[in-house]
This record gives sequence, structure tokens and C-alpha cells, in this order.
Amino acid sequence: MLGIEDKGVLAAYLLCLLSAGLCVIYGIINWNKGDESVDPDDVKWAKTEKQVEEDL
Amino acid sequence: MLAQGLGITVIIVVLIYLTLNIYLGVLGYMRTKSSEDYLVAGRSVHPFVMAMSYGATFISTSAIVGFGGVAGLFGMSVLWLTVFNIFIGIFIAFVFFAPRTRRMGHHLNAHTFPEFLARRFQSKFIQVFSGSVIFLFTPLYAAAVLIGGSVFMASSFGVDYNVALLVFSVIIAAYVVVGGLKGVMYSDALQGTIMFIGMFVMLIFCYKQLGGVTAAHEKLSAIAPLVPGSLRSIGHQGWTAMPKFGWGAPEYNLWWIVISTITMGVGIGVLAQPQLVVRFMTVKSRRELNRATLIGGVFIIVMTGVAFTVGALSNAWFSEFGPEMTGRVVKVIDVEKNLAVLQLMKQNDVEQWVDVEGKSAPVKLSSLDQEPITTDFDGNVVNIQKGRSISIVYAKGSADEIVPSYITNAMPKWFGLVFLLTLLSAAMSTLSSQFHTVGTSIGRDVYEQTVKGHGKSTTITRIGVIVGIIYAVIISYYARESTFIARATAIFFGLCASAFLPAFIGGLFWKKMTRAGAISSIIVGFIVTTFWLSFIKDKEASAIGLCEKMFGKTSLLLDSPNWPVVDPILIALPISAAVAIIVSLMTTPPSKEHLDKCFK
Repeated sequence: MLGIEDKGVLAAYLLCLLSAGLCVIYGIINWNKGDESVDPDDVKWAKTEKQVEEDL
Repeated sequence: MLAQGLGITVIIVVLIYLTLNIYLGVLGYMRTKSSEDYLVAGRSVHPFVMAMSYGATFISTSAIVGFGGVAGLFGMSVLWLTVFNIFIGIFIAFVFFAPRTRRMGHHLNAHTFPEFLARRFQSKFIQVFSGSVIFLFTPLYAAAVLIGGSVFMASSFGVDYNVALLVFSVIIAAYVVVGGLKGVMYSDALQGTIMFIGMFVMLIFCYKQLGGVTAAHEKLSAIAPLVPGSLRSIGHQGWTAMPKFGWGAPEYNLWWIVISTITMGVGIGVLAQPQLVVRFMTVKSRRELNRATLIGGVFIIVMTGVAFTVGALSNAWFSEFGPEMTGRVVKVIDVEKNLAVLQLMKQNDVEQWVDVEGKSAPVKLSSLDQEPITTDFDGNVVNIQKGRSISIVYAKGSADEIVPSYITNAMPKWFGLVFLLTLLSAAMSTLSSQFHTVGTSIGRDVYEQTVKGHGKSTTITRIGVIVGIIYAVIISYYARESTFIARATAIFFGLCASAFLPAFIGGLFWKKMTRAGAISSIIVGFIVTTFWLSFIKDKEASAIGLCEKMFGKTSLLLDSPNWPVVDPILIALPISAAVAIIVSLMTTPPSKEHLDKCFK
């Protein structure tokens, strides 16, 4: 199949495509799921992070 | 000299590209478009930007040039690493690790990976120890990234490696210092996009030149008998076949190298990469992570999947279209396929054919002409043949040179420039985050935690960045072994996994994990890894030299086949995980109050 006779390498080749496909399908299914409101901890973290960045 | 070597067009294009990157960085900064600003404002970073930024940081010149070269040497079995890169590095990381890391990181107000572990386990020691380990070892990985870019520049534009290293280092240092350290994701996203285009074009060209997907793979399978004897003896069975699997004989060494070091060492290690873990905290919600999973999966397959496939296929290209080599047949490998070993020859001043001392190459002969055509220096009739060899021969024996040689020989001239931008992008995005990590590990994690009454750690952090850059350049200058890029990357990834992964996973998912469990797991993981690298793993131990000095041999298990090529991750990670579990079960869990704060 695909010019690759060795099952181990063929499996790796196909699993690369399947794993990428899994990521695509997961992304499509959950595209609009999981939106969260920003809470005070998030804002506090972001402000401190910005300070850390600026110090650099 | 540099202008002559590189060409004025290359210099102008590179300068324009760098200016654009810095402009984007400054623009993002001025308009406060860093990821933190988005979060403060309660808005989202576009998932494309987040995914490209993560991907560009994840994938470096090391993956493209170093591991692409390893695939050129060992074959498509290296694609198992791509499977791990996508399934573990993207799917598992984004779906299971990232959401919890983001929430916990925000609740604990953690800004570095050591700080995250330290606050989760309420231990200053963890922060200082982890920060020190990261400060000491990240430059090794950074060196691998620098070498990847410099080798390509040297090979493609005909400049000396040291000149290329200097130019590449100056470009990177300027970028990092001027604006690359700011958390502006747009420049990262631009770099990710350039990388994506460059690699995609390379894949299309490669398959087209070799007659399509199936035909290309068949051509690669057909030249399996050209695998050099040194690789065959460790289990190489061709570039489209897995190495021989087994235990207890040298002929199984390659399987253990490909699976334990390349696939597991790097593939699992990505989960505990300090510079990647902090990226998870920059997104607004789980929704952005879900969307980034889609883009990340596609991005990685076009990065490492292409690099490893084209790296392996470069052997088929060289054997079909590579520059011809001339010599006399010293061994016929396969009559039907026209494969043989040539003793390379050249004509001397008086046009007599003489052997090139010590140079022979496995080749696919260009013609079937078996008639003697000339006499050699001693007057003997010799059969001069022409043939084309495999990638490693054209790369002068260095796996790190395979991808640059392929680009130079097989791709159109203009693509060399596109690929240079691809590599510059890959290096800039990874190195800026690496040096960011180096700086914060010494400033925030070590200095602030150890010096009483300390002022701001800004100066120490900046010095840390500069020391890190110099340290990485020095390593790049001295380390020129054939597969150094892949080895250095594997060491760093493996070390991070063995030392930090059990504590990181336990911290995220197991409320009963204790401070003592985390500390002992980190220390044991670190000690076992460094012991294994210094005394067991042959190549690394001989480079370190301690084992030879103490015991007169390069590995304590030199006489036990396969052990000297087994990666430390296979030993250190299970031990450190077991220690984490056993010690945690034997010690008192953290207070409910602290756990509520972490897991709310």
C-alpha cells in the first residue's frame, strides 16, 4: 500500500494522517464549545504576566 | 566576503523579513496586543494565532534539519516521532493538559513552569532546583536550533560554517534582544505561516519529482540494498522498513535508537517543555484550545511529517538525479537493480585515473556499460563507471547536512531563499521562547527565591538571557558531531520528561500527590537521567568523558548489547513516576484549602 511494504512504517505513515485527522475532527466538533468567562484570577495573572514580559 | 557568499538578494530579503518581524513585535507592543492584554480585556487571541505561535515555538530548525537528517539516515521509521508529536504533543497536550494548566496556573498566579510546580506543591526548593536545571540545560537545545540554521546557511550559500554561525547568532540575538522576548504572538504567527508554506512547497516538489506518492516510496524501497554496511549491522533494513527488532545483539541497536531515543525521548518529552507549558496559560478559555487543536494537528504534520518524509525520500532523489560519481566497481550489490559499490576515482594532472584514497560509495549505476574503458595509473585496464549514491554520501557523512544538501541540489534556487526564511522563522520563534525561559528561570525562579531582600530580578534575568545566548553559541561552535542536533534535542526533552513529567501530571490530575512525592520524583528523575547519560549511554557518555576517566570504558554496559543505546527516558521516567506515587502515598496530602485553590 502506498509503495510501503513494511507494516511498521506504513502504520506510522497512516497514523500520522489519522492523528492529524483526529485533531481536525475534534477541533470542528468543539469549535464553539468551552467558552469561559474571565474571572479575577485570570485578570490578575495577565497583569502580572505583562509585568514579567515588560521586565525583560 | 559575506555579501559574495550569500548574495545581495538574500541579504536584502532576510533584512526585510527581519524588519517585518521586529515591526510586528513593536506594533503589537505599542498597540498592547500581547496575549496578556487580550486576557485583561476579556477577549480571545485568534485560535490561528495561538496555534501557529505554539507550533512555531514547538517546531524548530532542530526538527526540520536535525531530525529530517536523521530520517535521511535511518528512514521513514522516524515518522513514529511525528505520530507522537501530533497525538501527544498536540492532541493529548491541548485536550487534557492545557485546560487544567491554564486554570491552575491562573489560580496560583504562576508565570514560569518551575513556579507552577512550586506553587502547586508549596515548595520553594522545587522552583529553585527546576529553574537551575532549566537554566543549565536549555542552552543545549538552543545550540541544536542554532546549528540547524547555521548548517543550512553554510551549505546552501557556500559560506564557512563558523561565519554562518556568527551571522545566524547575531540575527537571532538582535531579534531576541530587540523585541522577540515580548509575548507578542503576531510575529510568532507570521513565522509559523512562513514555515507552513515552506514545508508544504517542499513536500509537493519532492513527490512530484519522484513521480507521485506511491512511485516515490517504491523508488525508496528499491534502493534498500544501498544501505551502508555500518548501518546494516545495527539493523537498518532500508528507508521504508522498520529496523530489526529484538534484544541482546548489536543488530537491534537501531530499533532502540529510533524508538527509545527519537520517538519516546522527544515525543513524550514535549509534554514537560517549560517554554511550551507556559503558552497554555495565555489563552482565554478552553474554546481557544479546542480550535487550536485543529490548526496545531495540521501544522505539525506539515512540519515534522514533511521533514521526515522528504528527509528519507532524499535518498531516492539522490540515487535518481544526484550529481554523478565516478569510480570502479569493487562490489556488485544487485545486478538486476544495477546497484554496486564504487571505489571513487579521479583523473590526475596527466588524465590518468587514480583512486580517491579511502572513498567508496554505494551507488545506483547510471548505465549498464560493462566494457573496460580506460587504464589506471599503473596501466591496468579498469572499468570506469558512473553512478549516483545516497543522501549521507552527498552530505559528507553528516546527517545534519542531509536536508541542506537536498535543498541545494534538488530544489530550485529561489526555494533556497524561502527555506532560509522558513528556518530563520523556526529558529527565531523557538529561540526567543527558549531564552525567555532561560532568563526567567535564573531571575524569577532562582534569584528571587534564594536572595533575601532581593530587588527586582530584571537585571539578573537579562544577564541570564545574554549568558544563555553566549553559552548556546559556544556549544554550537564546538559540537559538530554527525547527529548532534537530534542528540542534544533528545537529551533536553528526555531530561524534562524524566525530571518534571510525573510531578506535572500528578500536580494536574492527582490530588493526593504530595510535596515530598514531587520533590523526590524530580530529584530521582534528574539523577537517573544524568547517571545514564554519563555512564551508560555510549555516545553521550563518551562525549562527557567521565565514565572513561573513572572506568576506562565509554559505557559501564559496553559489553551488554543494546543497553548503551537505550535512552534514559525508558529507565528514568518509570522510576521517577514510581517514586512520585510511592512517596506520595506514604506522606500527608496537601491541605484541603490549598487543593481547593488549585482545582477550583
